[in-house]
Amino acid sequence: MRNLTGSEALLQSLLHEGVDTIFGYPGGAIMPVFDALYDHKNDIKHILVRHEQGAIHAAQGYARVSKKVGVALVTSGPGATNAITGITDAMMDSTPLVVISGQVASSLLGSDAFQEADVIGVTQPVTKWAYQIRRVEDVPWAVSRAFYIAASGRPGPVVLDIAKDAQTKECEFSYGKTTFLRSYQPEIESCMEKIKQAAELINRAKKPLALVGQGVILGNAEKELIAFLEKGNIPFGSTILGLSAVPSNHSLNMGMLGMHGNIAPNLKTNECDVLIAIGMRFDDRVTGDLNTYAKQAEVIHFDIDRAEMDKNVKTTVKVLGNAKQTLPLVTALMEKNSHADWIGEFKPLYEKERRCVIDDELHPAEGAIKMGEVVNKITEATGNKAVCVTDVGQNQMMGTRYFKYTQSRSMVTSGGLGTMGFGLPAAIGAKYGAPDRKVCVFVGDGGLQMTIQEFGTIMEHGVDVKIILLNNNFLGMVRQWQELFFDERYSETQMKNPDFIKIAEAYGIKGKKVTERGDLDAAIDEMLTHKGAYLLEVAVETKGMVYPMIPAGTCVTNILLGNGHTI
Amino acid sequence: MEEKTLYTITIFSENAVGVLNQITTIFTRRQINIETLSVSPSAIQGIHKFTITAFSETEEAMKKLVRQIDKRVDILKAYYNTNAELVHQEIALYKIDTSKLLATNMVEKLVRKHNARILDVSEHATVIQKTGHYKDTQALFEELSESIGVLQFIRSGRVAITKSKVERLSDMLSKREEDKKENKH
Repeated sequence: MRNLTGSEALLQSLLHEGVDTIFGYPGGAIMPVFDALYDHKNDIKHILVRHEQGAIHAAQGYARVSKKVGVALVTSGPGATNAITGITDAMMDSTPLVVISGQVASSLLGSDAFQEADVIGVTQPVTKWAYQIRRVEDVPWAVSRAFYIAASGRPGPVVLDIAKDAQTKECEFSYGKTTFLRSYQPEIESCMEKIKQAAELINRAKKPLALVGQGVILGNAEKELIAFLEKGNIPFGSTILGLSAVPSNHSLNMGMLGMHGNIAPNLKTNECDVLIAIGMRFDDRVTGDLNTYAKQAEVIHFDIDRAEMDKNVKTTVKVLGNAKQTLPLVTALMEKNSHADWIGEFKPLYEKERRCVIDDELHPAEGAIKMGEVVNKITEATGNKAVCVTDVGQNQMMGTRYFKYTQSRSMVTSGGLGTMGFGLPAAIGAKYGAPDRKVCVFVGDGGLQMTIQEFGTIMEHGVDVKIILLNNNFLGMVRQWQELFFDERYSETQMKNPDFIKIAEAYGIKGKKVTERGDLDAAIDEMLTHKGAYLLEVAVETKGMVYPMIPAGTCVTNILLGNGHTI
Repeated sequence: MEEKTLYTITIFSENAVGVLNQITTIFTRRQINIETLSVSPSAIQGIHKFTITAFSETEEAMKKLVRQIDKRVDILKAYYNTNAELVHQEIALYKIDTSKLLATNMVEKLVRKHNARILDVSEHATVIQKTGHYKDTQALFEELSESIGVLQFIRSGRVAITKSKVERLSDMLSKREEDKKENKH
């Protein structure tokens, strides 16, 4: 046993948890930790961001692609409150994070001291666990608990708010990993009765449809899922966060669910006889109007979180547990099946979507460049092997609709919270989480400007991210809604934008603006072969639309196709 | 509007700072009003017990609320019951003017009728105590108010105990102890 300062104990604890990368920003109340970090340059890489929101999104991007817990380190008061958006985003999207915020000395707590904020009070509703460390003795214990809670069960963000005196005082250090908390049961043992019921229902099904969510990816259950789907020949759709769990070209993959998802899985939701939800939570963007959602179907719900059961959709069979354990148990009891006729019904729907929407979006013969066209060219140019990060809005829907995947953890997007500004910092984190992969981030002109300061992070650390700015000089998705639902009254959605290429240049980021279709291929090639960060700005159609679209709160079969097409 | 049922939510938690805040946030987000609240150490050392009553139109809403509470890391167990499944009491204190107590035998009669008791008598004020259901403590309050007037009145939150034989928390705890042993192997 040796005596360590709380700051050193904190770093030693992080090392015990295998942390080698931290995204952060220093400030008064966290200075002792940053001082201790000075002596750990060889074993902990600290990425200095330009705003705390960027630190959290970067940690999210890192966690999402790497399977590890993302770690962020910020100061008290404004440092911590700047982190709230990212923390909330991580809570909604079940991303494992440990966010460490400095706090004023314990003697000053509650006195409205300089840069004091009630971080625990503020973060409790948006974290899985939030704990204030007031005593140096609690440092290893709290860190150990934090990592256990963040990563186990349904993952999520944890906040550790560490008082300044707990950083500077000394005490003996010893570290034990947490593997058990009596008040917290992250994984429930599979109930064989439910497994049997699920298998029976699936065996009886004539028209089964699976809905694949991020739970599969978080549970590392991709192989188990594919074995399950293939044995029963069950077609499936993915939620936005479930994308890339199964390769895009898998014959049972019917595309994305939800508001801007593919026609087939949305329509078939209301025609299937057994709906099998796996690690997804029936978000309103997936279900539309619950009163008309899959009423004809028996619903089986696989999920690790008991609170998700029957939350939005009443289910016939609830299979609690990690899909990695529960899916193989069900698969073992399943009969082989072909469902050829049923699967055959999906193809014409895809063809229809191709004719009415996709062909025009991806291969327009003339007119302005389209967003989907750019995404499609880039996914092809990367051999569908890149990590796709998106911001929020039309760029996100185009990215998620048209980017293709050959491996899991290839899609990083803000699903639940829909945080504009997420894309750029998340891409930085994703590059650190998957340094050997190409990282392409699609952003709009609105979202990019919400976290554009992270160009500085890219410059300083030489982060090799490919930034594709789909610029329509509009807040495109809001404009789309104004066109459809607000009589084309474009209230505050048109933007006068700066010269983005010059901004990038000022940060030493190579860039090119493309306005002509004929220049696009060469520019993409230049971007992908360039060593280092690159900003490709594409002037896209100003009033482009994302179709198909199910208007919010309506039935999943109420699909708008635009251009005079009807479903 | 459907008729609302009063539910009693029982929550066992670790004795950690900020648990009540975590619980009330979950009520607030769902627009459910807390009618009564009572918190105390439970029979098991280090574990706190919350008894909360709230009205809900549907049992479904209560089920979802309790699951969200149960999900929090510091919460050991949360469940809800209807009145029929519980033995429950509230305690009420009534302060009256001592001179009025002495003037007639009215107060004594009421105390006897309501099975209350006189807790404390001083020169100026007398404190009466009554335990019972809400309607019982309310009835005494109304009668006292009408007859001689009540200077001050306070009622506690509900305390409740289930009629069933098993204590759900102890079952859960012993199961968790087994899990812990397995975990170690």
